[in-house]
Amino acid sequence: MATFKFRTPIGETDARKPRIGDSVYVSGLMITARDQAHRRALEYARAGKPIPVSFDGNIVFHCGPIAAKAGDKWKIVAAGPTTSTRMESYEAEFIERLKPRIIVGKAGMGAKTAEAVKKFGAIYCDFTGGAAVLASQRIKEVKGVEWYDLGMPEALWILEVEEFGPLAVTIDSQGKNLHDIIQGLAQEKRAEILKTLGVSQ
Amino acid sequence: MTVLEAVEGAKISFFSLRKRERRKCWRREACGECTCVNPNAPRLHFHSSCHTFCRQKLVYRLLPEDLRSHRGFTLGIEETIEKTAVETLKRAVVYLPKDVKEALNNAYEKETSETAKTQLKAILDNINLGEGKETPICQDTGVILFYVTVGKDFGDVSFVPATLNRAVKTATTEVPLRPNAVHPLTRKNSGDNTGTNMPYVNWDMGEGDYVELTAMPKGAGSENMSSLAMLTPGEGAMAVKRFVIDQVIKAGAQPCPPTIIGVGIGGSADIALKLAKKALLRPIDKPHPELEVANLEKELLKGANMTGIGPMGLGGSTTSLGVNIEYAHCHTASLPVGINMQCWAARRATSRIHKNGKVEVIT
Repeated sequence: MATFKFRTPIGETDARKPRIGDSVYVSGLMITARDQAHRRALEYARAGKPIPVSFDGNIVFHCGPIAAKAGDKWKIVAAGPTTSTRMESYEAEFIERLKPRIIVGKAGMGAKTAEAVKKFGAIYCDFTGGAAVLASQRIKEVKGVEWYDLGMPEALWILEVEEFGPLAVTIDSQGKNLHDIIQGLAQEKRAEILKTLGVSQ
Repeated sequence: MTVLEAVEGAKISFFSLRKRERRKCWRREACGECTCVNPNAPRLHFHSSCHTFCRQKLVYRLLPEDLRSHRGFTLGIEETIEKTAVETLKRAVVYLPKDVKEALNNAYEKETSETAKTQLKAILDNINLGEGKETPICQDTGVILFYVTVGKDFGDVSFVPATLNRAVKTATTEVPLRPNAVHPLTRKNSGDNTGTNMPYVNWDMGEGDYVELTAMPKGAGSENMSSLAMLTPGEGAMAVKRFVIDQVIKAGAQPCPPTIIGVGIGGSADIALKLAKKALLRPIDKPHPELEVANLEKELLKGANMTGIGPMGLGGSTTSLGVNIEYAHCHTASLPVGINMQCWAARRATSRIHKNGKVEVIT
């Protein structure tokens, strides 16, 4: 298991290096986006309308933070990842059109995303679910917030991060998916578990 | 004006005071929320927004929901409950219960996989950081669910729903909590965690002269993994085991494992789900009092951990920290089973408010 340190903007060659199981720390520009932001970003991209921030070479974070305003400056109080599965229907097109190199979330993503990650050169990483204070420690500055009309959790929060991690690579540019592998193993164990518990199949 | 006059016991009207007195009062107030105008009113007024006692005495705030709650109850107990509810919510989202922390620590000691250890380390570090900084341990501070047990000697509680509603709004800005509550169809966010039937209050009856208030902020990642099955009664416990194990496998990494699995067995479809969630209120180091049920809890936990899903679904031997079961007798022709998953951030806190205003911290 190797450890990688990246700084945005991240190029395709770098994004293709890590393999599943590796650890990654990232610095630079990270933008939060959940279901609603993904949907709107794709609508805008398809219609050729400008999106307020460029995702190219940057990090997309599946996260809806708790933010508080100190004076006129926003501060992130807590910012852990949300379940990425909800973004599965948008992510492949999102990667194709907006070119983020690292997608950070939790619980993994599906085959469509894995295919896009492989084709366009990116990685999907897990950050420990619920570890929101740990994450907020690595956020140096809130650069801005866009689409706040979607509500605090769903808005685009543009964040400057320093050594954000450890991120566990769970989909790599070969299209390998760690969560799928573990899920498969659990499924294989089902029969044995039920037998141990004295349950007929 | 008309609303004020309709309040029972209202001796003085806001508008009956001379303009000079009102101005004088406002200059002396401790915070912007205060609308105190009567210097002769008998009680101190607690400011929930700035947590100080105002030297001014409260007459009334000009909100219909506040006015309604004046009937039958003194202002003192209502303010106490509101303040306690805010504190209970804060305690819930900042401090994990002792039993959960212990279980996470034990899991860290026992895990052999490096990835699993890294994940558990991050979780434990995060818990310490959150407690140190008094910030919510997880950004998903959930939808706010309350369990209220009313002691038979407590008296009127008709004001409690409005009070809890206000407490949630206050907690949202003060703690702060993430505004999560949206209209289910338009998805419009109310901005303060309240809305139709939210916060949701589960009522129960009990003994004593107190109200016991439990706050359970429930995150969506684990809640989305809930399920209900109407199983074959003839299969009994076997069917329950198969259903639970299948759901654990299906949920995989999504409910933020290591999880606590709440299982409600029997009753009817809705009761099974209610019991599943209620089971999560019991500390995980306390098995069900009935041996047969306690054994089933143990077996299911063993089975869940055999899946190898592990912390955050990255592999390992800790998929769940505990399985809690509650049951109800059910129809001879049915076997409803509800499952409510809880992420490792198993947030719950309980306070007891006595009739005389005394407050006890339970968990």
